[in-house]
Amino acid sequence: MPGILVYTLHDDEGNFNKNSLGALSEAARLAGELGTEASALVVGDVADDAVASLGKYGVTKVYRAKSVPEGLAQPIVDAMAKVMSENEISYALFGGGLLGFEIGAGLTARLDAGVTMEVTAVNVKDGKLVAERPILQDSQIADVGYVSEPGIIIGRLNAFDEKEGDGSAEVVDVEVELSEWSTRAKMVKRGEQRGADVNIEDAEILVGGGRGLGQAENFKLAEELADSMGGAVAATRAVVDAGWYPYAAQIGQTGKTVAPKLYLAAGISGAIQHKVGMQNSESILAINKDQNAPIFEFCDLGVVGDLHKIVPKLTEAIKAKKGG
Amino acid sequence: MLTANIPRRRSPEVEERAHPVPKEAPNLKICCLVKEVPDAAVEKRIDPETKRLDRSGEKNLNPFDTHAIEAAMQVKEGGAPVEEIVAVTMGPDSAVRALHKAVALGADRSVHLTDAALEGSDVAATGYALAKLLEKESPDLVLLGQQSDDGECYTIGAVVADHLKMPSLTQVIKMDVADGKATLERQAEYGYDTVEVELPAVISVGDAINEPRYPSLKAIMGAKKKPLDTHAAGDVGIEPDRVGESGSRTAVLELKPPPAKEAGEIIEDEDTNETVEKIVAWLDERKLI
Ligand SMILES: Cc1cc2nc3c(=O)[nH]c(=O)nc-3n(C[C@H](O)[C@H](O)[C@H](O)COP(=O)(O)OP(=O)(O)OC[C@H]3O[C@@H](n4cnc5c(N)ncnc54)[C@H](O)[C@@H]3O)c2cc1C
Ligand SMILES: Nc1ncnc2c1ncn2[C@@H]1O[C@H](COP(=O)(O)O)[C@@H](O)[C@H]1O
Repeated sequence: MPGILVYTLHDDEGNFNKNSLGALSEAARLAGELGTEASALVVGDVADDAVASLGKYGVTKVYRAKSVPEGLAQPIVDAMAKVMSENEISYALFGGGLLGFEIGAGLTARLDAGVTMEVTAVNVKDGKLVAERPILQDSQIADVGYVSEPGIIIGRLNAFDEKEGDGSAEVVDVEVELSEWSTRAKMVKRGEQRGADVNIEDAEILVGGGRGLGQAENFKLAEELADSMGGAVAATRAVVDAGWYPYAAQIGQTGKTVAPKLYLAAGISGAIQHKVGMQNSESILAINKDQNAPIFEFCDLGVVGDLHKIVPKLTEAIKAKKGG
Repeated sequence: MLTANIPRRRSPEVEERAHPVPKEAPNLKICCLVKEVPDAAVEKRIDPETKRLDRSGEKNLNPFDTHAIEAAMQVKEGGAPVEEIVAVTMGPDSAVRALHKAVALGADRSVHLTDAALEGSDVAATGYALAKLLEKESPDLVLLGQQSDDGECYTIGAVVADHLKMPSLTQVIKMDVADGKATLERQAEYGYDTVEVELPAVISVGDAINEPRYPSLKAIMGAKKKPLDTHAAGDVGIEPDRVGESGSRTAVLELKPPPAKEAGEIIEDEDTNETVEKIVAWLDERKLI
């Protein structure tokens, strides 16, 4: 029996990750086309009904590895490898994020498998899966096939939408013996929030600030511009990692996904991992001094220039317009 | 994305921190994986015939890998008993230039895996081959960049780690090495994780971990004189049917252009007052202000 196994990530409260749920629906769709079944793997002591409810997304079976900890890749590689080998499962599918990349990569080595990453779509061709993978900063798309099984597919953030139906999955508990090296990494603290708890998801207008702002203090330029339009301020990982702005304001692969009416990117290059979190904004305006910045490939209005010159004047002009 | 990490020159006075002489001889061996990539300023393209990256034109050391070398240097300068830092690459003859750059940045010597049989290796094959090469070196710590600038796979580290049976973490932005352990921080789906791993381990570092130094002129001049070992696939026990295009587990079937998107309007800021007027008009038209 071929089949597709999806790793279903959850937080410490047991809430499943939206991208994992999207991957479940996608796996169910593909399994239908292949004439096989999709299943899920959940680690940790997640309640029976929560696990069984993943059936809503079209999987028939959920493997639960209660003793395997969530949050680090290698113990989950142990669990995935065991379930895939014992059940002769042909493909592993991961939604976008970070852990899926690490687990998928580890499985590649463990199972001597082929792997594709940043996948935006999966198709069935001659009874096999073929992954669409954008390459070279999204300037081309490669159709990648697997010459042997198993095949590992790591999706891009938001590539797969979750489709909820009804249905309940059979829960199968599995005992997994961890590899020695899987036990040599320990989570000391998981999911620490750094900086203030700001809300960017409800804003209709977002001003995104990136490394081009130059220093933490210059975020006030972004804040003043956002204020003038009644919007909020968002950020890239580069500036969040640097401690310039709170994590709660981060957009992208390991941050939030937003779709405001306007996204005004100031000093943001437009890396794929940022783009995936904001590309569905209704209008995108970018200010960047480098005319080759990737953001100019997908914005609606691109301004090539120094944000330090433009942003303060723009704030004044908007205030003046609103005032008069 | 690449231009931003302008390395900050360290003051020459920075001295190695005084630390007690370790009881045992310096014993930490760090291998840094580095890769030669097309220069960021050059447009990358795929050769439609071979469906591989066209590797002609200007080349550079993958900028993300300079953070790995800097991280190794900081471990050493921070007082850990580092015996040596070894730059390691797999690639064509020309890739020695990336090794020279890595040595100029601080590596003590380098190792080059090069063989026609490795050409066209996919991620699985590359990770396997690098792991076989690393087995020969038996490092205590393998450091690598968060991504290659051309391949953008983000995965080599975790593939290598599993082959080597070592714990691993990617996208690390803070690393402290002491007493045979590394304490690491990185951002994952739900915020920042702090993870402790026992060495030996494979760590891929994010570009926020440090500001790589510039090499000194003297180091650049001396780089070619540092030891360099060259290995063919067979020398490190690589099974020929697991590498190269024929040993790869994936195959590019077709290349196609991305869905057409209406190009946005681009304006150059020459007169800022005029630019701002245009932006305001654009916002106004869309009823955004
Ligand atoms: C696994 C993984 C997950 C990631 N997750 C995320 C994520 O969730 N969110 C995210 O944002 N990133 C994420 N990243 C990082 C991402 O790849 C980029 O590194 C990051 O988005 C870059 O941020 P930036 O645009 O602020 O900085 P840079 O790429 O450094 O860009 C700064 C830009 O500012 C411009 N600039 C400089 N000075 C000026 C000026 N005076 N005026 C105008 N423009 C100026 C420059 O031309 C440049 O284009 C992730 C990466 C990986 C590998
Ligand atoms: N051929 C190679 N030789 C040595 N190191 C490599 C090679 N390919 C990738 N790497 C390392 O793996 C990291 C991640 O690459 P990638 O997974 O291709 O994005 C890079 O930053 C390098 O440190």
